[in-house]
Amino acid sequence: MSFVFYILAALTVAGGLAAMLLKNTVHCALALTVAFAGLALLFLNLDAQFAGFAQILVYIGAVAILVVFAILLTRGSETPRDGVFSRTWLAGLLIAAGVFAVLGWAVIGSVRVLPHETAVPTVTVLQIGNALVSRYVLPLEIVAVLLTAAMIGAVIVAMHEKEGQK
Amino acid sequence: MTPLASYLLVAALLFSIGLAGALTRRNAILVLIGIELMLNAANLNLIAFWRYGPHPELLTGMMFAIFSIAVAAAEAAVGLGLVIQIHRHAKTTDLDAMNRMKG
Repeated sequence: MSFVFYILAALTVAGGLAAMLLKNTVHCALALTVAFAGLALLFLNLDAQFAGFAQILVYIGAVAILVVFAILLTRGSETPRDGVFSRTWLAGLLIAAGVFAVLGWAVIGSVRVLPHETAVPTVTVLQIGNALVSRYVLPLEIVAVLLTAAMIGAVIVAMHEKEGQK
Repeated sequence: MTPLASYLLVAALLFSIGLAGALTRRNAILVLIGIELMLNAANLNLIAFWRYGPHPELLTGMMFAIFSIAVAAAEAAVGLGLVIQIHRHAKTTDLDAMNRMKG
């Protein structure tokens, strides 16, 4: 494995850990952005240029901004007085550790049979576009409908209730 | 350790961090952030399998990841809209304080 991979993996995992451990919610959102950037760089490292740039556009450009907006609108940056972790944090931590143990065991146990192609795939955006409108045209349409429905739903859910309708 | 296994281990670690956060944090927005991290870890798996698996020219893993990114964006929009509405109604984003189904 290359040196670059270790740096990017450490950056991503550190960003994720910070996003889940920091007390101030705004700092968590910033750490989340670092984790997203690390993931985008990992995608680029895997020769998936389109997915990497889509990750930067969608996650850093939209989702992180949306999270910051939600935090500021709900005044979530104030640290609650009884701690940032819920009462059942130990059970949650144990479940997560168990899941990681199972996943790690599965990966380590299947190292021999995992595929390993060394040839670097050369995929152009033109090929991705052609695939999107030929072989994957039905999923593309469904995603279009889903995004429209989600947008309408989010606007309706977050809309002010009219006075007297409560 | 092959490259694919290393990527899968990083993704498993990221997934577990997201799961731990989603299960232990009090703030509803932080729980959504944890779920986003889990979705991203799954995307990393898809891309890694696409890169090191046979027939990358068929773009299967790449397409899965792209559609997954789109669905995650929709999920984030609806989830954060719900959190804002709940905060407006209950004046809190503390999940331990949201213990009633009927406002």
